[in-house]
Amino acid sequence: MTVEAPDAPDDLRVTRVAGTGVAVRGDDVDTDQIIPARFLKSTTWEGLDEYAFYDNRRDDDGEITGDHPFDRPEHQGASVLVVNENFGCGSSREHAPRALRRWGVEAIVGESFAEIFADNCKSLGMVAAEAAPGVVAELQDLVEDDPEAGLEVDVAEERAVYGGNEVDVHIDEAMREALIQGVWDTTTLMRDALDETREVARDLPYVEEVE
Amino acid sequence: MSDRTLYDKVWERHRVRELPNGQDQLFIGTHLIHEVTSPQPFAELRERGINVAFPERNVATTDHIIPTDPETRDDRPLADDSAEQMLSALEQNTEEAGITFYGLNSDRQGIAHVMGPDVGATQPGTTIVCGDSHTATHGAFGAVAFGIGTSQVRDVLASGCVAADKSDVRRVEVTGELPDGTVAKDVILRIIGDLGVDGGVGYAYEYGGPTIARMAMEGRMAVCNMSIEGGARVGYINPDETTYEYLRGREFVPEGQEFDERKTYWESVGSDDDAVYDDVVEVDVDGLAPMVTWGTTPGQVAPVDEPVPAPADLPADEREAAAAAQDHTQVTPGEPIAGHPIDVAFIGTCTNGRASDFRQAAAVVEDREVADDVRALAVPGSTTVKRTLEEEGVDRVFRDAGWEWREAGCSMCLAMNDDALRGDERCASSSNRNYVGRQGSKDGRTFLMSPAMVAAAAVEGAVADVREFDTGGALR
Ligand code: SF4
Repeated sequence: MTVEAPDAPDDLRVTRVAGTGVAVRGDDVDTDQIIPARFLKSTTWEGLDEYAFYDNRRDDDGEITGDHPFDRPEHQGASVLVVNENFGCGSSREHAPRALRRWGVEAIVGESFAEIFADNCKSLGMVAAEAAPGVVAELQDLVEDDPEAGLEVDVAEERAVYGGNEVDVHIDEAMREALIQGVWDTTTLMRDALDETREVARDLPYVEEVE
Repeated sequence: MSDRTLYDKVWERHRVRELPNGQDQLFIGTHLIHEVTSPQPFAELRERGINVAFPERNVATTDHIIPTDPETRDDRPLADDSAEQMLSALEQNTEEAGITFYGLNSDRQGIAHVMGPDVGATQPGTTIVCGDSHTATHGAFGAVAFGIGTSQVRDVLASGCVAADKSDVRRVEVTGELPDGTVAKDVILRIIGDLGVDGGVGYAYEYGGPTIARMAMEGRMAVCNMSIEGGARVGYINPDETTYEYLRGREFVPEGQEFDERKTYWESVGSDDDAVYDDVVEVDVDGLAPMVTWGTTPGQVAPVDEPVPAPADLPADEREAAAAAQDHTQVTPGEPIAGHPIDVAFIGTCTNGRASDFRQAAAVVEDREVADDVRALAVPGSTTVKRTLEEEGVDRVFRDAGWEWREAGCSMCLAMNDDALRGDERCASSSNRNYVGRQGSKDGRTFLMSPAMVAAAAVEGAVADVREFDTGGALR
């Protein structure tokens, strides 16, 4: 059985992200780098933007060095993050994409993503688009050489657009549909099927009571 | 149809319907909850006016932020304000929702991935999720188990389901006789070294073959636990008599005739003999040596007695990362890692915090003092494990040799409590991640290895080869 998409309000639909870019280079950038575990000690999501890449941005005395792309004046306000391979590997902490989001990132273009990280991006209505290594290299050079250059990620058409160029990116189908249809928040959607869920549960030999 | 994998069968039985974006809505049989990834989802449900749909399918415990120091363990409020807030939030949330909670003073408390198997909540043919990436640990029992993000925790609480895509299945066929001194941890480090830290992205790993069939449940859990370090969100092993016998008599497991009925279900979910896999790889462990990581990802790993590779000798796309990693860890390329000094020894975690891990390590620890200037921490993965070991006198072996014997928790695995590396300390660790900053200090350095290898390092004050220790055959 397939359900029809509910009519999502327009502001939940994510069809394109346009702005300027910022590059964070390196393979296997893990979630402990994106946000160290000590900043997970909170019962709310407040203040996360300060913690994005916290240790990488600071020197031994805890002072911001200003060298990290997230601190460079020319990248303030950037909305497209360009990364390399296996970005977001490690823990399941949703704090990682949330910290990036609070800093301003709305779309990430990378060679590849860790699965849970990509799933978490989807849960937030945030784009994680894959691109060939050559394309990523080109985009990283572009945003470093010309930080003012416009960079757009078109979700529906699966492409990145900059300075009159168009390059292919790939967005996982489930993510793309969720973004375009505005159904990335699945809580209410799935709760609507409580009756069918109970039926599935009743059929399972290990589930003892289902009201 | 008789060519299906366990993954196919379990998925099919739990599938509720297809969602508009093409994903499946999947019923979750067991949801494990801990204090770090649950406060926001409970608060969001409250804001939306939604209750917990299947409270009886949830089990909660506390592990990440709690103190493990026996002196301060029972002090409430906890000394750390934010830790206290998280713990009280969980106490209140589980109480309100009617969810079983093994709290600070419960004799069932433990790291979620140790506690679940302890109480028998982890069973074959079930779906298990937890807001934690090491949830694949439970796959050792033939469950389809995976880590989820915080919004997905909200989904499970509200609907009993997650939205998920089916992965491809890769069979990892492990053959060969594990040599003396090597254990499951060495097998999984070897697999990650071979297949890469992102080799498993898009795959569920089915571990099998004669070596796995001979492995006890604890070893199987260590293997499945680190699937995520190899990029695979799901890792599992088909259940067999070893699995069923492990489960018999545990709290959540039925007894008598009901046990037999349940077992019939468990037997029915295993992969068919002619199951079709999307990929098959073979790993031969004949001649395997104890493995130790030399870098800052679990894939940067080598046998203890072989030279650490020089970046120039690695494939071009790995050189830069290897050089940066070695700059951080300060190992010497071209020389074996054995002999590299350490300051801290840590045994515990959801990878290697089970009773047999400590028993194996005890064979090395016994009658051998911890080296001067080495801080050595033994942190059982659960209170059940701790009590079992204390009944056997294993705690005395550790204490007498100069180890700190702690209360159960995640401890120095990720240092969300007081247990942390200081400055640039070097740690021989039985945990699963050697990322920069993972153990609480951005300059700290982590070397992953088996529990017995950690014990050997504690004695020598440097990475050592456990095969050179007389352990009376305990590591056979
Ligand atoms: S022991 Fe470490 S890896 Fe396991 S759940 Fe705790 S923090 Fe995570």
